[in-house]
Parts: sequence; C-alpha cells; structure tokens
Amino acid sequence: MAGGSSIDVLGQFELHPVIGGLGQALRLSQSPIYMAIAVCLVLAFLYYGMKPKAVVPGRFQAAAEICYEFVRNLAVDTIGPEGVAFFPFIFALFFFILAGNYLGLLPFSFTFTSHIAVTFALAMMVFLVAIIVSLKVQGLKFFAHFMPAGAPVALAPLLVPIEILSFLSRPVSLSIRLFANMVAGHVMFDIFASFVIMLAGLGFVGDVLAVGPLVINVALMGLELLVGVLQAYVFAILTCIYLREAVAH
Amino acid sequence: MRLSVTSFRRVVLAGASCAPLLLAAAPEAHAAGMPQLDFSNPLVTGQVVWGGVVFLFFYLALRGWALPKVDAVLQNRSERIAGDLDQARAAKVEADKAVLELRETKKAAAAEAQAHLDAVLEHERASAAAKLAEITERLDGEIARAEAGVVAERERALQSLRPIAVDVAESLVERLIGARADRAVVEAAVARATAQTAH
Repeated sequence: MAGGSSIDVLGQFELHPVIGGLGQALRLSQSPIYMAIAVCLVLAFLYYGMKPKAVVPGRFQAAAEICYEFVRNLAVDTIGPEGVAFFPFIFALFFFILAGNYLGLLPFSFTFTSHIAVTFALAMMVFLVAIIVSLKVQGLKFFAHFMPAGAPVALAPLLVPIEILSFLSRPVSLSIRLFANMVAGHVMFDIFASFVIMLAGLGFVGDVLAVGPLVINVALMGLELLVGVLQAYVFAILTCIYLREAVAH
Repeated sequence: MRLSVTSFRRVVLAGASCAPLLLAAAPEAHAAGMPQLDFSNPLVTGQVVWGGVVFLFFYLALRGWALPKVDAVLQNRSERIAGDLDQARAAKVEADKAVLELRETKKAAAAEAQAHLDAVLEHERASAAAKLAEITERLDGEIARAEAGVVAERERALQSLRPIAVDVAESLVERLIGARADRAVVEAAVARATAQTAH
C-alpha cells in the first residue's frame, strides 16, 4: 500500500465492482462477496463439524458444539428463557461479524465490518428488532421506559429527552464501535507494513531496522485476533441486553 | 480521515525503538478521505442491500437447518446420558436390594445353624447324661452284687473254717492232754472264740 513516498492507508477500504459492468450495475462489490464467503465458511464449519453426529464428539464436532453452546448460553443467560427464540438471530450476528473480522485479517482480503454502512445497517436491524419486540411484548408501556421509574415528575422535561437521546444513540454507538475498531486495526497494519518497505529502501541498516515494525505487525495480528472476537462478542451481548429490555415485563 | 505523520509518530515512538530513522523515512502520508464515507458511491450503499440478502440467508439457514442439527445431537446426547444414569441408578437399587437380601439370608442361615447346633448339643448332652446314669446304675448294681458275693464268700469261708478249727482244736487238746476232748465242748469254745474275733 505504500506508493512511492506516501502511505495510502485507506486504499484497502475502497470498493471495486466485481464482474465488471454487471457488478457496477448491480452495485455488487467485493464486500458482499466476502460476506457470502464468511457465511459459507460458518455454515460449512457447522455442517462438517456436526456431520459425525457422535455422542462422544471429535475435535471438530466439539468446536462446533462449543460455538453453539457459547452463543446459546450468552443469549439465554442475558435475555432469559425468552432468549431461546432470539438465539438464531444472536448466533447469526455473532458469527457474521466474527467471520467478517477474521476473514479481513487474511492478506489481500477485505474486511466488510470496516464499512460504516454495513455496521450501521446491522445496528439498525438490531435496533428495529428490539423496538418491534418491545412494542409486541409491552405494548404502549414501552414508552414508559423514557421516564425513569421513581423520578420526580417535575424532572420529566429534562429526563425524557435525555432518555430518548440515549435510546436513539444505541445504533450509532453500536455501529461506530465496530467500524472504528476494524478501521483502526487495519490502518495500523498498513502503517507498520509501509514502514517495513520504506526502511528496506534505506539499505542494510534499514533492513535491520525493518525488523522492528515487522515484529509490531506480528503483535498487532495477535491483538486484532483478540479485537475481532471481542467486537463480535460486544455486538452480540449488547443486542442481548437490548432484547432483554424488550422482553422484560 | 487525513493521516498526518505526527499522529503516527506517537504510535511509532511508543512501539518501535528505531523511531528516529522511521520518522526520517516516513514522508507525508496522504489520503483522499475515507472510502467508507463516500455515500455517493453506489457500491457503498449497495453493500447494505446485498448484506441484507446474505444476512437473511444466513439467518434462515442457521434457524432452519444448521442450528437444529446441532441441537438434535446435543439433545440426543443429554437423553442418552440421562438414560444411562437412570439405568445405573436402577442397577444400583437392584444391587442394594440383592445385598440386603443376601445379608438377611445369611443372618437367617446363621440363626438356623445355631439353633441346629444347640439342638444337637442338647441332645448329645441328654444322651450322655442318660448313658452316664445307666452306667452308674449298672456299676452300682455290680458293686452291690460283688459286695454281696464277697460277704457270702466270707460267710462261706468262715462256715467252712469252723469244722477245721474244731478239728484243729480237738487235735491240739488231744496232743496237749492226751485225751480226746468232748466234741461239743470244743465246738462251743471255737464258736465263742470266733464270735470274739469276728467282733
């Protein structure tokens, strides 16, 4: 990504139409392709993992089962017994984001979770699902949430707008958190990788010194592996928390 | 997002020991704004539609196919484990019952054996006592009979001794005085003497 004397860290986020003009007409870039790859990988993982249907699971099956139980426990423990109904949704969210984050760590690949359009769409989906569930379960009592219980009525003009604002900011914070984490990680990768190339241009001393940013990039990869799963987890657990509020009577 | 060198200088300073040389090597970084925020690009908004399609497919595939498969396997396992546990529990109850039964049987058998032993001992003791009594009786009889025999024998011996004593006394008298003594007198004297010695 280092062209001449400049560092182009944002080029990696550019979208290019696939299959030429048809892709352009269909607005199909590499991003949805990577989404499809991520989804296929997760489904293939579950399919091949659960193929033996063994009572005593092998490693692969155990991994698939751990994933299943991890998200199931996350959903049921956070949302409550009603969480079972939302479990496929939470599972889909968690693994869609996780696979997207990890797929983006492969060289020459693309990270669709680094696009605010994608993360905001996911966050808006969660937001709308939570509102629909709230209205369905609680009816008009849903709007009572905007006035904290026990607060003096005189403070209502102050509290209600604050509550509404904090409620509306949920999809924003949810989407920007994921987007910013992914962008920052990939920009860091690019910067340090560019340093390696630039230092290598300085001759022998540069070659030796280039080991520094290279080592940092290796460490960054470890960090990004952590961030990738953490952000998917944060997204999933916040969704669970919003849904718990929605199903609470 | 315009990336200035200074903002990355801090990162570099924190991260790399070769910071001075890096800074010398790093020229002006430039970027033409974030492609993610270029919403005039139809590809950016196209992601939302395509992403929605892909995510919907993913959700439906998970809900209708992949997750129930995992659930079935887990369900099957927990049922099997529960079944095995029930079986083990039933077997344990059975074993406990068998042990109890065995203990009862053992106790009953021991009691029976003890009773039998007691009976046999009692019987033996009784028969031994009876035998002893019989023997004692027989021996007593024999002793009495023997004693009676001894008395009779002594009496008989004494009876046969008297004529001899009379004869001896007659002969002694005859030798001493040279005349025959009256047989009746001698007999009376012997009878007196024997009566004296008998007492």
